[in-house]
Amino acid sequence: MSKIEKLLEEHILVLDGAMGTMLQRYAFKEEDFRGDRFKDWKHPLMGNNDLLSLTQPDAIAEVHRKYFEAGADIVETNTFSGTTIAMADYHMEELVYELNYQSAKIAKEVAQEFTEKDPTKPRFVAGSIGPTNKTASMSPDVNDPGFRAISFDELRIAYKEQVEALLDGGADILLVETIFDTLNAKAALFAIEEVKEERNIHVPVMVSGTITDASGRTLSGQTAEAFLISISHLPILTVGFNCALGASQLVPHLEVLSAKTEFGVSAHPNAGLPNAFGAYDETPEQMAAQIKEYLEKGLVNIVGGCCGTTPEHIKAIADLAAQFQPRKLEQETVS
Amino acid sequence: MLNKPSRYLKLSGLEPLIITPDSNFINVGERTNVAGSKKFLRLIKERKLEEALDVARHQVEGGAQIIDINMDDGLIDGKEAMVNFLNLIASEPDIARVPIMIDSSKWEIIEAGLQVVQGKCVVNSISLKEGEAEFIRQATLIKRYGAAVIVMAFDEVGQADTYERRVEIAQRSYDVLVNQVNFPPEDIIFDLNIFPVATGMDEHRKNALDFIEGTRWVRNNLPYCSVSGGVSNVSFSFRGNNPVREAMHSVFLYHAIEAGMNMGIVNPALLEVYDDIPADLLEHVEDVILNRRDDATERLLEFAETVVGKAKESKVDLSWRKEPLQNRITRALVKGIDQYIVEDVEEARLLASRPLEVIEGNLMKGMNVVGDLFGSGKMFLPQVVKSARVMKKAVAHLTPFIEASKDKNTAAAGKILMATVKGDVHDIGKNIVSVVLACNNYEIVDLGVMVPPEVIIQKAKDEQVDVIGLSGLITPSLDEMVFLAKEMERQSFSVPLLIGGATTSKAHTAVKIDPVYSQSVVHVNDASRAVTVVGDLLKKETSDGYKKAIKLDYESFRDKFLNRSKQKEYLSIDDARKNKLKIDWKPEDIVKPNQMGIQVLEDFDLKKLQDYIDWSPFFRSWDLHGKYPNILTDEIVGKQATELFEDAKTMLDEILDQKLLKAKAVFGIFPANQIEDDDIKLELEGTQPFIFRTLRQQLKKRAGVPNIALADFIAPKSSGIQDYVGCFCVTTGFGTQELASSYEKNLDDYGSIMVKALADRLAEAFAEYLHKEVRTKYWGYTSTESLSNTELIDEKYQGIRPAPGYPACPDHLEKLTIWELLQVKERIGVELTDSLAMWPAASVSGYYFAHPEAKYFGLGKIQKDQVEDFAKRKDIAISEAEKWLAPNIVEN
Repeated sequence: MSKIEKLLEEHILVLDGAMGTMLQRYAFKEEDFRGDRFKDWKHPLMGNNDLLSLTQPDAIAEVHRKYFEAGADIVETNTFSGTTIAMADYHMEELVYELNYQSAKIAKEVAQEFTEKDPTKPRFVAGSIGPTNKTASMSPDVNDPGFRAISFDELRIAYKEQVEALLDGGADILLVETIFDTLNAKAALFAIEEVKEERNIHVPVMVSGTITDASGRTLSGQTAEAFLISISHLPILTVGFNCALGASQLVPHLEVLSAKTEFGVSAHPNAGLPNAFGAYDETPEQMAAQIKEYLEKGLVNIVGGCCGTTPEHIKAIADLAAQFQPRKLEQETVS
Repeated sequence: MLNKPSRYLKLSGLEPLIITPDSNFINVGERTNVAGSKKFLRLIKERKLEEALDVARHQVEGGAQIIDINMDDGLIDGKEAMVNFLNLIASEPDIARVPIMIDSSKWEIIEAGLQVVQGKCVVNSISLKEGEAEFIRQATLIKRYGAAVIVMAFDEVGQADTYERRVEIAQRSYDVLVNQVNFPPEDIIFDLNIFPVATGMDEHRKNALDFIEGTRWVRNNLPYCSVSGGVSNVSFSFRGNNPVREAMHSVFLYHAIEAGMNMGIVNPALLEVYDDIPADLLEHVEDVILNRRDDATERLLEFAETVVGKAKESKVDLSWRKEPLQNRITRALVKGIDQYIVEDVEEARLLASRPLEVIEGNLMKGMNVVGDLFGSGKMFLPQVVKSARVMKKAVAHLTPFIEASKDKNTAAAGKILMATVKGDVHDIGKNIVSVVLACNNYEIVDLGVMVPPEVIIQKAKDEQVDVIGLSGLITPSLDEMVFLAKEMERQSFSVPLLIGGATTSKAHTAVKIDPVYSQSVVHVNDASRAVTVVGDLLKKETSDGYKKAIKLDYESFRDKFLNRSKQKEYLSIDDARKNKLKIDWKPEDIVKPNQMGIQVLEDFDLKKLQDYIDWSPFFRSWDLHGKYPNILTDEIVGKQATELFEDAKTMLDEILDQKLLKAKAVFGIFPANQIEDDDIKLELEGTQPFIFRTLRQQLKKRAGVPNIALADFIAPKSSGIQDYVGCFCVTTGFGTQELASSYEKNLDDYGSIMVKALADRLAEAFAEYLHKEVRTKYWGYTSTESLSNTELIDEKYQGIRPAPGYPACPDHLEKLTIWELLQVKERIGVELTDSLAMWPAASVSGYYFAHPEAKYFGLGKIQKDQVEDFAKRKDIAISEAEKWLAPNIVEN
C-alpha cells in the first residue's frame, strides 16, 4: 500500500480548486500566453491555459502554492487539455510531452517545498487528464448516428503520451476527470494500464465523472451506477464526480457511489451553478455549508473544488474536513 | 479479497445490471444474431439498419436483460458490421440501456466491439481451444477493456461432452484466469455446452444431465462464477414439434437453474410454463432430460406423435387484468383482445386531461409495440388486423368525447388514398394493406372498389393525400392503373403511386406505369412491405434518397426486362397454327354427356363444399406462406396459422349453420367442334351457333413441342367426330357484402376480411365440387373417379376447367359469350362489371374440356398478327382487342 492509500484511511484528503479561475485573475493577454518562445506562432494562443506552464511557469507555481497554503493535500497539474487531440486546436500536438512534463515538474517542486516544511502533512501531485474535446461513443453529427469523430485507439495513444509525460514529470497520482463519455475514460484507463505494465509500476488512479444536468446521467447517458460499473474493472484509488453541478446537487449521486463501491470516493464540485454571466458566485462559506453534508453522511474520502472555486473556498473546505472522519473503505456494500 | 459480499457479476449499458444469487434467471436476447436469425442476417446484408435496430429494441422491450450481437457470416464484413451496429445502438437510449454481449468466434471482431462500447459488456466467448497463451492474452485484454467473459468448455483436445471433461476444463480455465490473469472471478461466465438429447444415439443420452451436473459442480466449486448456455440446442431432435420442444426447454431450465445456471439464451416464445406441462408429457420429458430410463428416448418419440399439432390449450388467464392500465391496454392491442378495451379506455379517459391524450398516449404506445413486433417478424398479419379491430373500438369509444371537447385530431404520419380501380371488385388485399398502414399511424382514405379514375383524382386533391395506392386483381385493371398514372402526370401530381394486387407485378409496373408518371411508382405486393415503403417515401430523412433509388431501380429493371423479352422468338400466327397440338382423334376418347343443355343449382347446400376447400390460398391471402396442413405446424408461422384456422373454422361453421351465404351455379354441356384451328363452335338447337374464340401460343418452341390453343382440345369438324364442351359459373358471394358490412359496422376489419376470404374459398370449392359432379355425373366421362381432396387440389383428374382471364385464356371478353350462352345474370344473378370482373366477387366461371390430353397451360405472349386476326374473328376494333389483350402482347 502506497503512502497515499494509507493516508486515505486516516483523513479526508483535500484536493485543490480551480486553476482556470485563478489564472483569470492574472488577466493574461495574447502576448503573455505566447511569451518569448512562441511569439511567432502562426495561430492564436490566448486561452491555451496549459501553455502557461511553459510561458508563465511562475504564475502556475504561485497558484499551486496558494492552494497548498489553503490546506490542500493534492494539487492538480495544469494539463487539463494536455493531449494531442485537444492541443490540435492550437496546432501544438508536438508540444504535448513537454507541456505535461513541465506542468508535473512545477507542481511537484511546490509540493516538495511544502512537504519539507511540514513532513507530517505530505503533499501530492495529481496529473490532470481531461476528457479531450471529442467523444468516442457519440456522434457529433445528428444525421449520422453511426459516425464517430474519434476512435478508441486514437484516444488510447493520445492518453498514453500524456500519462508517460505526467509520470516522468513527477506526478504521484493520475486523475482522469470530467468524464462526460465513459468510453473516453476507458481508453485513458487502458493507456494507464499499458504504461503501468511496461514500467512495472503502481500508480494510484482517481476517476471522476461528470453528471451533466438534473437528469442524473453523464453526457453519454449513463446513470451514476452504470458509470461506476463501467470503470471498476481496474484497481483505482477513488471514483467520484466533479464539475457541472454545485455541491448540493451532487449528493444523491455520491450516495450511489458511496454505497456501491469498495474504492474511495472523491468529489470536487463547482462553486454552485454559473450565473447569467458565466461566473460562479457561491461564497466559500456557502459552499462549505453544502460540503458539510458529504462529511456528515460520510460519503467522501477526497474533497475539493472545480470551476469557480478559489483558495478561499479550499480553505473553508479543508478546515471543515479536518473535523470529520473519512468514509470507511472496504465497507460492506449492499446492492 | 475473495470473500467480499459485493463480488457479483455487474454489467452496464446506460443502466446497471447486477446479478446476485437472488436474481432471477437472466435472459439474453438472441435475435440480433446473424447466425441465429435469418431475418437479422438479411437486414444486415441489405443494410436495413433501422429495421435491424428495431429487432434489438424489440428484444429489450420484450424483456431481454442483455442483448447478444453476432455478425459472424461469410458474406458480411463482420468487424465493420459489429462496430457500425454497436455505434448505432449507442445512439438509441432505449436499446443501449441494457448491457451488450459481443458474440463472435473471431477475436478481431470481439476486440473491435470492445472498443466502441462504453458500458461493461460480456464477451462471448473465449476458450482454451487455441492453447493457454492465447487464452491468457485475450483474457488480459478483455479485463483491460472492462468486460466480463463467457468461457466455453473447450480446450486443445476439443469440446467438453462429458461431465468429467466439463469439470476439468472449467477448473483449468478458472485457475488460469483467476491466478494468472488476475481476472475477477465474478466476471467469469461458463458456457458448459448444451447438446441435444433424444437423438437416438446412446452417447447423447446424458447430454442434458451432464450439463446440469457440470453446472452444479461449477457453482459449488468455482466461487462467484456464473453459468450460461443456449437452451434450444437441447431439443434439437424435436424440431417441428413445438409442444414437446417447449416442454423440454422448460424441464431443462427448471433443473439447470436449480443446479445454478443463472443466465442463458432462451427464445421466450418456445417456453412452456413448467407447471403447465401436462403430467404425462412432463414425465416423458423428464425421463429423457434426466436420463431416468433406458427406453426414455423411444418412449418420448412415441408419445411426441400424440402431441404433434395439438394446439396449446387456451386456458383463459385473466391475471393480466390486475396489471397497470397501460400494460392492460398494450396487452389488449398486442393480443387482439377487444373484450375489455372500452372499460380500459374509459378508465384512461377519466385519468387524462383531454380525451385525445388517450389516443396519442396509451393507445399509440400499444400500437407502437404492435408495429415493432410485426416489423420484427414476431407478430403476423392476422394478429395485426385483430389489433386494429381493438384499436378501432377504442377510438370509437373516444370519438364522441373528442368531438365534444373540440380537440383537433392528431397529426397522422401521412394520409393515404386506397382504391380498387374501376371495373374491379376485389378488395381483400387492399383492405389488409389499409389496416396495416392504419396501425402504423397513417390516415387511410379508402374509396372502396370499382372507383372511377376521376373520383380518385378528385379525392386525392380534396383530401390532399400523401400517397395513392391502387389495387386490382384482374388484368383489365392494369390498364386502368396506367390510365390513372397518365392522368396524374397530366395534372402534375407529385404524390407517390403504389401499385398492388394479384394481377400486378414489378415488371408491369416498371414497364407500363413507371415511364408514364415522372414521380415515384412502387409495386408493393404484401402488407408488411407496404409499411416500410410508405415510411421510406414519406419520412423526411429517407424520402429523397428512396425516391431516386426506386426510380433508378425501375428503370434498370425495365431495361433488363425489355432486353430479355426481345431475345425471345415468336412464330407468326399461321406458323403457330401449323404447329398446333395434333390429337389423334378416336371416337372412344369422347364420351357423350349424360345430360346436355343448361342446368341451374339454386340454394345449394354449402356444407357439401367443406371438404373441397383448398386452404393454402386462404393462408396466403393473410401473408402466411406455406402449404396446408403443414403450415399449421410450421416452426415460424404455425402457431399463428393454427389460430387463424380456428377463427376461420368458427366463422365457417356460423356461415354454414345459419346459411349466411347463398351458393348458386349455372352450367351447361353442348355439342361442339373446332373450326378454323382456333375457334370452338357450339351447335345449339333453336338458336344461332355460339363460338368460343381461343388464343394460341406464339412463342417459338423446341422441336416437337406444340403451340397450344384451348381449341386444340376439341375435335375438329373435319375429323367427323362429334365432340362436346361445357361452361359454368358458380357463386357463393351472395350475402358476403352484407356480412362484411355488419362486421365493419362493429369496427371488425378482421371479421370483414375473413368473411370475404372464406367466400372466395367456398366459390373455388364450389367450382371444384361442380367439376367433379360434371365429370362423374352430368357428363359422366369418368364415372369411376374417387379422388381425395388433396388429389383434387393437385388436379389429378381427367379434363380441365380453365377460366377466362387466367393463363390459358387471358381474354376476359370470352366471359361475355359464356354469360350470353348460359344467361348467367338472369339465372343466378352474377353480373359482369365494366372490366368484366364478376360481381359478387366470390364467383368462378370457366369452360369444361374433357379430353384425356386436355391440360392447363399458359398462353404467354402473342404477336400483333394474332391480335388483328382475333379482332377480325370477334368482329371488334383492333384497338379494342389490344386493350383487352394488352398484358399478353409482345412489346416491340
